[in-house]
Amino acid sequence: MDPANQPSLPVVHLRGAVALLGRFPALAGVDLDIEARSIAVVRGANGAGKTTLLRTLAGLVPVSGVANVLGVDLVHHRRDVRNRVGFLSSQSGLYDDLTVIDNINFWTRAAGADPADAERAMELLELDGRLRDVRVGRLSTGQKRRTSLACVMARRPELWLLDEPHAGLDQDGRDLVDNLVKDAVAAGATVVMSSHELDRSLALATQVITLGGGTTLLGGDDVA
Amino acid sequence: MTNSETVAATGPLSTGSSTTRVIGILALIAMGALLLFGLWLSPDDVNQGDAVRILYIHVPSATIAYIGCALTTIGSVLYLWRRSQWWELTAYASAEIAAVFTAITLVTGMLWGRPTWGVYWVWDARLTTTAMLMLLLLGYLALRRLPADYDVRAKRSAIVGLLLFPNVIIVRQSVQWWNTLHQKPTLFANGLGARIEGLMLFTLFIGFIAIGLTFVWLLIHRFRVAYLAEQLEKEDLDRAIADRRAEGIVR
Amino acid sequence: MMWRSARLIAGKDLRLEWRSRVGMNQVLPFAAVVLVMFAFALNPDSDLLQKATPGLFWVSVLFLALTTVGRTFSIESSEGISDSIRLSGLEPSGFFLGKVISIGVQLLILEVLLGIGVTVLYRASPAEWPLLLSTVGVATVGIAAAGTLYGMVAVSLRVRETILPLLLLPVLTPVLIGSTRAFEAAINETPADGWPWIGLMAVFSFVYVAAGIFGFGALMEDS
Repeated sequence: MDPANQPSLPVVHLRGAVALLGRFPALAGVDLDIEARSIAVVRGANGAGKTTLLRTLAGLVPVSGVANVLGVDLVHHRRDVRNRVGFLSSQSGLYDDLTVIDNINFWTRAAGADPADAERAMELLELDGRLRDVRVGRLSTGQKRRTSLACVMARRPELWLLDEPHAGLDQDGRDLVDNLVKDAVAAGATVVMSSHELDRSLALATQVITLGGGTTLLGGDDVA
Repeated sequence: MTNSETVAATGPLSTGSSTTRVIGILALIAMGALLLFGLWLSPDDVNQGDAVRILYIHVPSATIAYIGCALTTIGSVLYLWRRSQWWELTAYASAEIAAVFTAITLVTGMLWGRPTWGVYWVWDARLTTTAMLMLLLLGYLALRRLPADYDVRAKRSAIVGLLLFPNVIIVRQSVQWWNTLHQKPTLFANGLGARIEGLMLFTLFIGFIAIGLTFVWLLIHRFRVAYLAEQLEKEDLDRAIADRRAEGIVR
Repeated sequence: MMWRSARLIAGKDLRLEWRSRVGMNQVLPFAAVVLVMFAFALNPDSDLLQKATPGLFWVSVLFLALTTVGRTFSIESSEGISDSIRLSGLEPSGFFLGKVISIGVQLLILEVLLGIGVTVLYRASPAEWPLLLSTVGVATVGIAAAGTLYGMVAVSLRVRETILPLLLLPVLTPVLIGSTRAFEAAINETPADGWPWIGLMAVFSFVYVAAGIFGFGALMEDS
């Protein structure tokens, strides 16, 4: 997945992408290019389609038009992109009745990831202490967030899709997320995240995308 | 152009066509013949008396209900295999019409049972299986009608539809082993050694033709209605996209 | 690959059940309530209750199956887990088998306890153990396979609680008939009457396991 081999192909390439949730066009024609090793921040009002955009890039939503992610044609083969991305949803994606370690073990093994990566992720996210055997249902929002992040990190995805990663975290937590994002990009990944935290995320971003009404209002602008 | 004018300009005014008119007329003729033979020209049965006349509708209705059910399964398989909307709509339409004929089978069965056995209902193999068929069809139809995106709805229903006919066969087998009170099948027992003969057999065949044609006529119309309904949903999409994009502009 | 996914899912489900104790705290007491209700309805002093025991047993199992299947799938549709499952590397057919195993194991435990309850409360006298155990085995596989398939069909539907019984119970009537007759044959010590039903239920189970393995991929593709 070395980006240097294919300098001309962006990691994400969308033209006129339409994504339907039922009959509702959550994405109503998105044009977008994201280069490798970028940190792209998606902003927009509530309901503008930020979450749907991330889910579409993860290959979860049927899409029409032109949509290529990591070289995979999402219109026809979106299932193939799923094991190459890491998606942090605004919901926890965790089983409340299982402990932190149960959840991480399950999701890591399901993805076929290296258990050593999972251990390292848990250390980085400070989950290997007393939180290890606590039921996820009892955790605070921030702690759940960190657990979900650990599951994403353990997979070592080429493309990180983070839906409001700073929400519910305290200052330290947010700094942690930012550092993880920078480290991931340094290791060769690309990050796309949606955010309401404009100050913090703009400082991090190499690209800002503004969504409105399911389309890109301001597309691949580089941040001044 | 107003909304209704637009629809009228692009869509057909009815689901009729020359095919359905021909089939419809043939079905009416066959029905007429059935009434003639069934109610007047054919004789009473030695044992059942006049009640045998109900069978001229009951038996063909039962057969066509099973055939409709098989068609639903075939359509579901082809939808899952080939993603063919045509087949999926056929499966849906067929299930609905089959449900109608299953109801007719049950009602005529009960009407026949009263003078013949003295009761409206017995838990014999045939009637019980037909009742189960009704329940299975109602389940499929309930699921198919739940509001959702077409592909989602179609895929879920197709799995249930695919299992519909196998379910009917398994249920039928188990119910038959369980209980046999019903009059032995008159036409298909011991190969084709039909127990009814002559004019009565002829009337029964007219019954098959009349009911069969009616089924096809209803099926074509129902299919077309379903097809048009799906087309209508698709046409709204462009407008929905325009509305959606406008959300972003209004500030 | 399929078996690996199946083991993971089954293990996760059973661990989850063990930790949440819903089975013990809610489903078992429900089973006890049902047993008692049947006793009230059918007057335990006559021998009606005894004669009806096989049927009552399996009807209770079907109700417990509805609860178990409903619960098993409701945990998968909360908290964005359905997205995570689709993004994970799990094979849909493996997911299906894992669920069948998990539901099957939970049902088996419930059936054993229900069997004890029925023997004590209704004074049933089990005999012909090979037939009894085979019935329980093959019926449970069939119920679990059909339950998993239709449970997935109904998952994340707002009306799941009402449509699941409508879809699943008619489909399970052959299992109800077969297992009840087999149990009766065992109790009456005429096992020859019971074994054909085992065959029928085996066919049923085979059809549903096959349908699940081949059809589950399509079902998991809802967005």
